[in-house]
Amino acid sequence: MARTERRSIQEIKDVPDLRVATQAVLFQLADDDMVIGFRDQEWLGLAPHIEEDVAFGSIAQEEIGHAAHYYELLSQLDLGSRDDLASLRPAEERRNSVLLERPNGLGTYLESPHFDWAFTIMRHYFHDVWEMRCLGALTQSAAIELGLAADKILAEKRYHRAHQELWIKTMLDRGDEQSQERVKKALADTNEWAADLPDFGGQECLFEETRIVPGASTLSTSFWQEIDAFTGALGLPRPSGTVTRLNGRRGQHTPALQEALEVWSEVYRLEPGAQW
Amino acid sequence: MAQTAAIGDRDAYFLERLDRGDRIEAEDWMPEDYRQQLVRLIAMHAVSEIMGALPEKEWVPRAPTLYRKLAITAKVQDEVGHGQLLIRVAEDLMRPWGKGREDIMADLFSGRLKYHNVFHMATPTWADAGIIGWLVDGAAVITQGMSLSCSYAPYARALGRIVEEEGFHIQHGESICMALAEGTPTQRTMLQDALTRWWPALLMFFGPPEKSQLSTHQLRNMRYRIRSKTNEELRQRFFTKYVRRIWSLGLTIPDATLAQDGVTKVWTYQQPDWDEFRQIVMNHGPRSRARLDLRATTYQEGTWVRRMIAHHSPA
Repeated sequence: MARTERRSIQEIKDVPDLRVATQAVLFQLADDDMVIGFRDQEWLGLAPHIEEDVAFGSIAQEEIGHAAHYYELLSQLDLGSRDDLASLRPAEERRNSVLLERPNGLGTYLESPHFDWAFTIMRHYFHDVWEMRCLGALTQSAAIELGLAADKILAEKRYHRAHQELWIKTMLDRGDEQSQERVKKALADTNEWAADLPDFGGQECLFEETRIVPGASTLSTSFWQEIDAFTGALGLPRPSGTVTRLNGRRGQHTPALQEALEVWSEVYRLEPGAQW
Repeated sequence: MAQTAAIGDRDAYFLERLDRGDRIEAEDWMPEDYRQQLVRLIAMHAVSEIMGALPEKEWVPRAPTLYRKLAITAKVQDEVGHGQLLIRVAEDLMRPWGKGREDIMADLFSGRLKYHNVFHMATPTWADAGIIGWLVDGAAVITQGMSLSCSYAPYARALGRIVEEEGFHIQHGESICMALAEGTPTQRTMLQDALTRWWPALLMFFGPPEKSQLSTHQLRNMRYRIRSKTNEELRQRFFTKYVRRIWSLGLTIPDATLAQDGVTKVWTYQQPDWDEFRQIVMNHGPRSRARLDLRATTYQEGTWVRRMIAHHSPA
């Protein structure tokens, strides 16, 4: 197919390789934003600073809002309603990175929450950088709706990344030795689980060939370059290598995802098909 | 005459300003008693917004659909935002005492500063989140609407913004309740149960009826033009505004005596247990301890975060 040719979701529906690629990248983006948005929601009312309750309220809305948009595009591929896609798919069908399903800390948002602020910020920073890398590529996507979504969502993501960068700098520059240790630990913990974040579950070639995600195979490298440039400039070396564990992009997950799913779909599952 | 009153009698001049309808600004001179009454009211309002986020927050991650998830996140975020706005108004008033936000939070956790009775109650189902949005916020707008004419200008300005947002919250809550009322038998039962559970707390929201006697606080606040209506007047307004709407959803209010007099328009109703009310606001309500512990734990664990930015924030 010609490099410049762009198609709508309605057209893509009937072209098998385009359809597979579009579906795959949308599930990754949607599931990532849904689970991180859920983690953000858990903080609401419990943040260390009232201003941050407000900030996390905004970030949570935007993440879930983006997920809703991606699920909506998936529903246009006749995969079911966006709410069914968000709430009824079992864990093994989810394509979010394992890093993003990690709990915010010990306890739950309802009982004895001992949440880790430094980890929350660092993990979110990794997510923001990765999603921005993907969206940057998607602005040139052969799928018209993906390009439009990328333009719009990128504009919001910049503020998320700036928020996390500011906090990471603040913890290093304004904090005492203890807070610097917290940031280092947060980076180590995030890094340990980040292997599947900049990953397309082996579909890079298809993404590139179809031009659904142009340059897909280069994104992982540019992701790590951005992370290392930022942390390096702060004198915060990233531990070498990530530990390869489960790959969420291939449907492998920790029990934390199942627990989160049970919470976020609890009401919806009460009366399937009802209006809420 | 302003000039004669001002000489040697600042208090009298201050009261005269209030009677003229003047609004007081943070930098203006004010009697210590006025400042105390305001701090008492506004700090309580601020922590009620902050603690008030928690009952609904229990349902934020569990909201059924993407649309509801977005709406209730925005709604609870607004409540925390109101807390933020109000705590700043209170901080300005407390500055001459060398006190601030950390003191307000410490007083909340120690139990010295009370928060509103409704936020001590349990929210066992999604319908509770709907009832809070619709009727608790509905009750709040009635009280806060009165305070829009408060003599302290910064509070009145903050309330102007808050009341506007609460208007959306009421629609949000009503929309949840209507969906349940028009839904399946399970959904309808969930809604009716929530209303039955919340009714006494909604009546308590306005405080005990005055009968013929106003409390000293109320009298002072009326003299200072901080408030202009009694608890009972506000509760009567709530009935007039909401009872028929609740009935129109096919719901039963758990009070067979509830009726409006055709001539006087006054509602008769069964009094809630006011001893229970006192117990609740003394932090002996069903969820008082648990919610305070939740907020206190995370607040204390976040001390290191606030410390980093403390020397950074504007004086």
